[in-house]
Amino acid sequence: MKRFFITAGIVLLCFLMQTTVFQNIAFAGMVPNLILIVVVAYGYMRGKLEGMYVGFVSGLLVDLLYSDLIGMNAILYVLIGYAAGICNEIYYRDEISVPIIFIAISDFVFNFGYYVFQFLLRGRLDILYYVWRTILPEMVYTVLIAVFLYQLLHAVNFYLEQQEDKEEG
Amino acid sequence: MRRRNRFSIEPKYILIFFVVLCSILLVASFKYKEKFSPVRAVVGDIITPMQKGINSVGAFFTVKTDIFISKQELMKQNKELQSQLDNISYENRILQQEKYELSELRKLYELDEKYASYPKVAARVIDKDPGNWFNVFKIDKGSDDGLEVDMNVLAGDGTGGGLVGIITEVGHNWARVRAIVDDNSNVGAMILKTNENCIVNGNLKLEDEGLLEFSGLEKSDSKVATGNEVVTSYLSDKYHEGILIGYIKEVKTDSTYSTRYGYITPAVNFDQIETVLVITELKEELDPKPVD
Repeated sequence: MKRFFITAGIVLLCFLMQTTVFQNIAFAGMVPNLILIVVVAYGYMRGKLEGMYVGFVSGLLVDLLYSDLIGMNAILYVLIGYAAGICNEIYYRDEISVPIIFIAISDFVFNFGYYVFQFLLRGRLDILYYVWRTILPEMVYTVLIAVFLYQLLHAVNFYLEQQEDKEEG
Repeated sequence: MRRRNRFSIEPKYILIFFVVLCSILLVASFKYKEKFSPVRAVVGDIITPMQKGINSVGAFFTVKTDIFISKQELMKQNKELQSQLDNISYENRILQQEKYELSELRKLYELDEKYASYPKVAARVIDKDPGNWFNVFKIDKGSDDGLEVDMNVLAGDGTGGGLVGIITEVGHNWARVRAIVDDNSNVGAMILKTNENCIVNGNLKLEDEGLLEFSGLEKSDSKVATGNEVVTSYLSDKYHEGILIGYIKEVKTDSTYSTRYGYITPAVNFDQIETVLVITELKEELDPKPVD
């Protein structure tokens, strides 16, 4: 129960941060994708299921507030959460490079998917421009933030696991 | 979580479930956009105050970073503005100069209108000795512009303007003008009101007062009084007829009681001549007479 509320709180907080504070301190007009970091982190730390739940909830949140089509972000985040969950099998507590690399890849895939749905289907064919203008800068910024945020999420997760272990005795 | 794991539903079924759910949502929201707007509104109503709250918390940090960023930006802006200001004040100086020039040229234009019957060339005074009166000065037009020795030079100064002097020397792109206030200058003149002739001389002694001298006015009963206009006479062999020289300031009878003399306030302010008009027509052409 505790884990549920804390996780929900983290998702909500990251969503709020991304839509408010980080909009104001965007470097070069780019906002880091905090939600994606959380989804990948949960998938990686906790497995496919939790990755998918977190992804679905936060994706739906984004959709309801900012997207015309409901389900667009949700479907992408669910897939990413699931994919990150696959990596849960190689989860190792002190490893940080794997999740960071995975966050980078996911961010690329996510934005590429976003591009395909929202731009390519409208006939915006200049892929390289969008990669260079939006996808890569966001990826770099997201990775930079992820280095800190992942460790924070990891610490929270570690604390919760310890608590749960205690409760189970 | 652990309990759920015990039921052990395969995650891939849940994935499929989510994908299908999302697809349905996608299609539904695409087709029935309006149906979803209340849902969106509710979510928005819940989230928006939170965002506001976060914003006010985040504002603290934002302000900090903003100060840092804006400081740099302001410095950059300041630099830009400074250079802009330099540019603008430079432009302003030029404009002011041009404005000044414009008023000068307007005066010239008025003068040109006044003596419209003569062909004229405008010129600029280039040899200038500020503070002293011009006796002889140079202008920036010469024989290339059709100027010749003995051509009349006029200048305007707002109120009217009149005769300045005569060209005494011409180069191909410059000319020397002897002003009528020069000690050597004498001009055959006429009191406009009474049609009486006299001679107008420059006089070094009168320079400081800014006056000209006239003499040789026949003694008669005619009332030549202060303020009468003095113009060039048709008797003059070099000056065109009817150009304003100045206004009588004072009339005196000389010791022999045969003629009168006096002083004239010139129509042109010789302290401030910058642009002049040269009548490019010699007197001889109009009124042929043997040159002495």
